[in-house]
Amino acid sequence: MYRYDEFDNQFVRERTRQFRDQADRRLRGDLTEDEFRPLRLMNGLYLQLHAYMLRVAIPYGTLSSRQMRRLALIAERWDKGYGHFTTRQNIQFNWIKLEDTADILDALADVEMHAIQTSGNCIRNVTTDHWAGAAADEIADPRPVGELLRQWSSLHPEFSYLPRKFKIAVTGAPNDRAAVKVHDIGLRLHRNEAGETGWEVIVGGGLGRTPMVGVTVRGFLPQHELIGYLEAIMRVYNLYGRRDNKYKARIKILVHEIGHDKFREEVEAEYASRPHPSTEVEERELKRIAAYFAPPAFESLPRWSPAFEEAKLSHPAFARWAKNNLGPHRVDGYAIVNISLKPEGGIPGDATAEQMRIMADLAERYSFDELRVSHAQNIVLPHVRKGDLFAIWQALEDTGLAAANYGLAGDIIACPGLDYCALATARSIPIAQSIARRFANSAKQDEIGRIKINISGCINACGHHHVGHIGILGLDKKGEEFYQITLGGSSAESASIGTILGPGFAGHEVADAIETILDTYLKHREPGEEFLGTYRRLGAKPFKEALYATA
Amino acid sequence: MSAVEKGQLITANRLRDGIAVFLTTSGNWSESIDEAVLAVEPEAAAALEQRAREDERKTIVTGSYLVDAERRDGRVRAAHIRERMRALGPTVRTDLGKQAEGKGAFFAAPEGE
Repeated sequence: MYRYDEFDNQFVRERTRQFRDQADRRLRGDLTEDEFRPLRLMNGLYLQLHAYMLRVAIPYGTLSSRQMRRLALIAERWDKGYGHFTTRQNIQFNWIKLEDTADILDALADVEMHAIQTSGNCIRNVTTDHWAGAAADEIADPRPVGELLRQWSSLHPEFSYLPRKFKIAVTGAPNDRAAVKVHDIGLRLHRNEAGETGWEVIVGGGLGRTPMVGVTVRGFLPQHELIGYLEAIMRVYNLYGRRDNKYKARIKILVHEIGHDKFREEVEAEYASRPHPSTEVEERELKRIAAYFAPPAFESLPRWSPAFEEAKLSHPAFARWAKNNLGPHRVDGYAIVNISLKPEGGIPGDATAEQMRIMADLAERYSFDELRVSHAQNIVLPHVRKGDLFAIWQALEDTGLAAANYGLAGDIIACPGLDYCALATARSIPIAQSIARRFANSAKQDEIGRIKINISGCINACGHHHVGHIGILGLDKKGEEFYQITLGGSSAESASIGTILGPGFAGHEVADAIETILDTYLKHREPGEEFLGTYRRLGAKPFKEALYATA
Repeated sequence: MSAVEKGQLITANRLRDGIAVFLTTSGNWSESIDEAVLAVEPEAAAALEQRAREDERKTIVTGSYLVDAERRDGRVRAAHIRERMRALGPTVRTDLGKQAEGKGAFFAAPEGE
């Protein structure tokens, strides 16, 4: 894992000191709310429906046990004993007091964490594949580049007052688990015909009120040109991005308005016109960073673990969990453990302080001290020996973390919605809970198979509803909540934006509607075909007919 | 059953901890919407606003605004769901916050939602 150097330490500590002084001045009345708001937002402190909310960055979703324990401590000492893992691999604390915030930031700085650039019109936390460094299909670990981008974008003077917020995602694998096509910039590592690796640079994707799949501006960019090229993109955006209307200020609008050919021309012209100093420094820095992400000391194990196979035979519940919640590891004898934070009736992404500590203990004991946060609001233990899986599952069972629904209908992405969020127009969590209850029968969930159900409580789309195979958007209709359903979205390599199926539903009708849609899928699917495949083959018609037949 | 009283109340967030609060008859800020003073006349609402602005200057609260609401049987119900949520706390965590403390509003999440 990356460790802060003296510069990282210094700027984080300085920012915390500054914020302590700013908060004191606000509490004394020396600063008005208008003066203070941008300062607190720059440090991740929002004012939500019920209280202040602190959003803490988890760079590229990677945590050590020590850091996870510190998050548990914050939840316990300064919040109400829990935290919420977000769709951008961050964590939010819902009940923070302004007067405690500087102490919390100090506690975070102790473990090399902060809340800088988790708000505002700047480059936000860089996200990656939550299986990075472990996935069997990976070309290379994307986290060294994630860390390089973190260092480059942190407090970058030229890019701290952009037209709008800016999100970058990186994947080192052909199967895109990082949703790179729906980010402001998405980076996808791939090999050319000569066998060299380089980056596909995708720009102008995004969700929100104007969802778009990004366009490729460079098919193959050598690694050492990455920072220079990204700077050219940022400059074009900074220069031409709209600042007159915040709803038209994201880079996707610029790419759309001038057209992607023109946008590409502008970027290439900017890149060509820049002085091209030697990239020696970047290469040296990337090498220095990459050393921190060197693979852990994996043992040489057989692919097949007798202990694992025996445990599956004697414990059907474990066998089901193992079938659904494990990912293929690149090293024989190891597995990727996906801990679902979606227990039936639970709140997607929430974990108690005790659960955080148990996950930290498991990571320390069984996974080289590493944890990951996924954008689907789950936690990953990336490197687990197959022989240890049964022990891990038992520990997870004891703390309510053994939901065997990873990637299934119960594994729902949901933003906090109107239960917490000041921007929301409707609740998301109770809808997720009602759907999870409807599919509580594990046999039915297994029969349905891989499906992504994503729920947002407003048009800003933090719950990624546009790219859910089934998306649900909560809206306000004359002061009452109602929900729109979209089908056919995907954030994977064949990304697509979902299409609205028809008239919306009241909250208590949503689970019925989802069941009707999934029953229609079961009726029409071909052998081995996942929901998205059936939808793409047949279109919306059979689903519409089933859903609105009696209406 | 007593008559329904319709009007406007003023709400804000307490500065030091951000908790949603409501201005009361005695001029204090309560966490319970049921204790809110309801202004029926526009002049009364304007007076509440002025009082709230003073308390913002005194760093007691921040971000005050008027909300349409009604009082029925001593309970106060905001007109818009967003305000009912603020008064109640998260409907998915009835074990904590205002609901657990009995300070919740005249609003419960409909069954099955």
